[in-house]
Amino acid sequence: MAHSYTPGLKVSSFTKLARERKLPLPGEVLVSLGQRVAAETIIARTELPGNVQTVNVANLLGVLPEDVEECLTKPPGSKIDKGEVFAESRSFFGLFRSKVHAPVRGTIESVSKVTGQVLLREEPIPVEVDAYVDGTIAEIHPNSGVTVETQGTFIQGIFGVGGEACGELRVCAPNPGEPLDEKAIGEPCRGKILVGGAYVTTAVLRKAIAHGVKAVVIGGFDDHDLRELLGYDLGVAITGSEEIGITLIVTEGFGSIPMAARTFDLLRSCEGRRVSVSGATQIRAGVLRPEIVAPRLDEGSPRDGGDSSVEEGLKPGDTVRVIRQPYFGRIGRVTALPPELMPLETEAKVRVLEVDFGNGSRVLLPRANVEMIES
Amino acid sequence: MTSIDPETLNSILATDCGSTTTKAILIEKRGPEYRLIVRGEAPTTVEAPFEDVTRGVLNAIMEVEELAGRKILDGERILTPQRGGEGVDLYLSTSSAGGGLQMMVSGVVKSMTGESAQRAALGAGAIVMDVIASNDGRLPHQKIKRIRHLRPDMILLSGGVDGGTTSHVAEMAELLAAADPKARLGAGYELPVIYAGNKNAVDIVRERLGKKVALVITENLRPVLERENLGPARDKIHDLFMEHVMAHAPGYRKLMTWTPVPIMPTPGAVGLIIETIAREEGIQVIGVDIGGATTDVFSVFQGVFNRTVSANLGMSYSVSNVLAEAGLPNILRWVPFEIEERDLRNRIKNKMIRPTTIPQSLEELIIEQAIAREALRLAFEQHKSLAVGLKGVQQERTISDTFEQTASGETLVRLDHLDLLVGSGGVLSHAPRRAQAALMMLDAFLPEHITELAVDSIFMMPQLGVLSTVHPRAAKEVFEKDCLIRLGSSVAPVGPGKEATTALRVTLTLPGGKTEEFSIPYGSLRLVPLGLGETAKASLRPEKGLDVGEGKGRERVVSLKGGVVGLVFDCRGRQPFRLPEARPARIAKLNQWNEALGIYPPRDASKVSVGELAPLAARA
Repeated sequence: MAHSYTPGLKVSSFTKLARERKLPLPGEVLVSLGQRVAAETIIARTELPGNVQTVNVANLLGVLPEDVEECLTKPPGSKIDKGEVFAESRSFFGLFRSKVHAPVRGTIESVSKVTGQVLLREEPIPVEVDAYVDGTIAEIHPNSGVTVETQGTFIQGIFGVGGEACGELRVCAPNPGEPLDEKAIGEPCRGKILVGGAYVTTAVLRKAIAHGVKAVVIGGFDDHDLRELLGYDLGVAITGSEEIGITLIVTEGFGSIPMAARTFDLLRSCEGRRVSVSGATQIRAGVLRPEIVAPRLDEGSPRDGGDSSVEEGLKPGDTVRVIRQPYFGRIGRVTALPPELMPLETEAKVRVLEVDFGNGSRVLLPRANVEMIES
Repeated sequence: MTSIDPETLNSILATDCGSTTTKAILIEKRGPEYRLIVRGEAPTTVEAPFEDVTRGVLNAIMEVEELAGRKILDGERILTPQRGGEGVDLYLSTSSAGGGLQMMVSGVVKSMTGESAQRAALGAGAIVMDVIASNDGRLPHQKIKRIRHLRPDMILLSGGVDGGTTSHVAEMAELLAAADPKARLGAGYELPVIYAGNKNAVDIVRERLGKKVALVITENLRPVLERENLGPARDKIHDLFMEHVMAHAPGYRKLMTWTPVPIMPTPGAVGLIIETIAREEGIQVIGVDIGGATTDVFSVFQGVFNRTVSANLGMSYSVSNVLAEAGLPNILRWVPFEIEERDLRNRIKNKMIRPTTIPQSLEELIIEQAIAREALRLAFEQHKSLAVGLKGVQQERTISDTFEQTASGETLVRLDHLDLLVGSGGVLSHAPRRAQAALMMLDAFLPEHITELAVDSIFMMPQLGVLSTVHPRAAKEVFEKDCLIRLGSSVAPVGPGKEATTALRVTLTLPGGKTEEFSIPYGSLRLVPLGLGETAKASLRPEKGLDVGEGKGRERVVSLKGGVVGLVFDCRGRQPFRLPEARPARIAKLNQWNEALGIYPPRDASKVSVGELAPLAARA
């Protein structure tokens, strides 16, 4: 049979990780190879060229485009202040002067002899990149950034909003099936990353934002609440740049869904530790999932061997989670993988698998509707 | 282009690397004709952890090997040519993986050269991310910021008719130079920019951009105001797509070495097939391909081919955007049962985050088909607004035109002139009952008068499109015999009517001479079975105020083509088509229509599945 793999989300207690941290434009790398860095360490810096403003000097001075360059008071490449005269013309034996004032502070970039436009570039915008996770500099990419290597607990979520954050992890739900209760949030949560159970509402998130919580990790979230939180309907799953005052990472999906026990237990084992999180999600070319990284730098090296589920495909005995109605969110064990196509209630004939949800209750499910979870 | 002798080809393997799945088909010469033998599919692997499109291609081919019971691969190599029962004579591929070809276009006047440039890019199979023009209302620095931010795969710069303005073209080139745009894929190469504008501005453009980008000059796409010349620009887009974009997408450099035929963008290949049908049959055609991330609409009216792509309307990756654009009430209006808004929203988002799942229960299928109707409708709206006559053209008029004045720039898409509507893409091609695809298309496009409906059987138009470039006969034979499934014809009177009063009287002479006479009330649907390849002679007599193509209340006598669904008499109204406002009445109406066409198996309408465990035996 051809491969039938169902890539699951990575949930690992101890693994090696590398994160590339790069500037959007060439710049200066501020750290050295092998250096230990904290998540907040600035590893590279650059300046983005400022915005460009065009000024039609030919029109303003009433001269021909090819004469504009002669009218400049400073040559291209010179710095100018806002309001400064950077072009002027004299007419009627020098008696009348027309002047052009710079609308912005910056540099004269270029002059066009065809259109008579002068391009002014505003002041550069400084850009800095931090290390994001506690770790070691494993590689320097000259003029662009570094690769930070770390090791520790690593958990991928299914969907997130908000950017990167780092803080102490605090578990706020007694078990993975409980929602994140409003009462659990207070002043001690400031600057922390909170872990809930099955569900959180916008009202609770708002309280968390008010108390300076950096991020919330939760099993499920309602789309209705997401819309309230963002202020618009999220159309395409490309997130990470929302400015909502908090990062939200959903581990299971939309609705009220208990967090997978293994995920919850692993997060609980990280209680009190410094973790880095990112809500950035991209579900299309270059798929990106939100993540939680809890570095454990001084505990020896993790065993090799990655996520075997992706390479080998499903086999009887594997634990799977159903990711589509009508059994959405249930966890069971694969008991058979019949090779022939089977009809569904929809009358479509598809590849199926047989899953035991415990208590001997078994159902047939489309293979496309389960994802493997590490048991 | 490669030199392939079509006569020597006995077996052809073709793949299409979609954004979600890679589909492979095997075509063989059986006797005198070419036929589809099997089809295999596997998830596309442009993403991590694989980041190599060939992995998915090999997996899809392995499925073909299994199903066909023949060896095609030798390890990770396709065996060519065929030797005995092993290998194939030709391998070719299309691709829309990795987000397809993303372009930015620029013209001088947005509604003139800007629109022509947009049509050239769309026709070549690209997604147009933005149209930048001198008069688009944005300030220069805003345009520069936008160009920088978009990071397109390619830019098409046009502007001015030959001998016309050069200063505006220079201005656009200067903006582009100031933005210094970077390509999306692969950091170390120059962004391809095609110049297809005023020939007098070539030197200026070369001077401004020659050192900053990979500049390619081609013929002006609007040499005079009255005429477009999109072919050369389209060809250049295809060439550069191969040279630059494909070569930098994960695994494509390898894939390109496997095939002697250039890899085509999927929509470009589908467009070729649609154009061919329209030309050969001399008809007006609309084709639609609804994918996971995008929906493409193709049309040929009055011999003019148009294609649009709705980049964010689709059934998996973009499903949530259909909700955002159409709004929940528009999706709910097609759902024939009660469902909580919160529940429906969560279901749609869960499909977005896990795009490869499929509906297991009937309700899930019905919800998915409701969303598809809105995605199709929105994509068609976009198409109609872009498939227009040339703007800015003065029309010569004679006295006979006095009563039939059309402004320049009016849409070319006339539903009352449409002869054939072809649907493709998972939700239409894989609908468990063909009548479901027929009703989805009727609801979304609302074709008028008489229209034939068809679907792509298993979604293989892209592969046949690229095959038609090297072996037109093989492509045509497979297309007619194995790809196009003719569903039947729809008859839809246009005009307002009164619910439940007679809208249309029909006399049908069926094959064999049997005559049937019936009338259809306004607001209802009726299906008359008429098999594939059969025709029936029909006398259609609409009520006063309704039109089936001969004028209001006038009889039309026509020959109607059958298909796997049959003849659909759609008297639900056109201009206007309205669904009842009140929820119970709307649900009752939807169920009545669904039953008339028998599109779903019987279901317990009183409940929505919540996941009770059904006994295994019952399901198996």
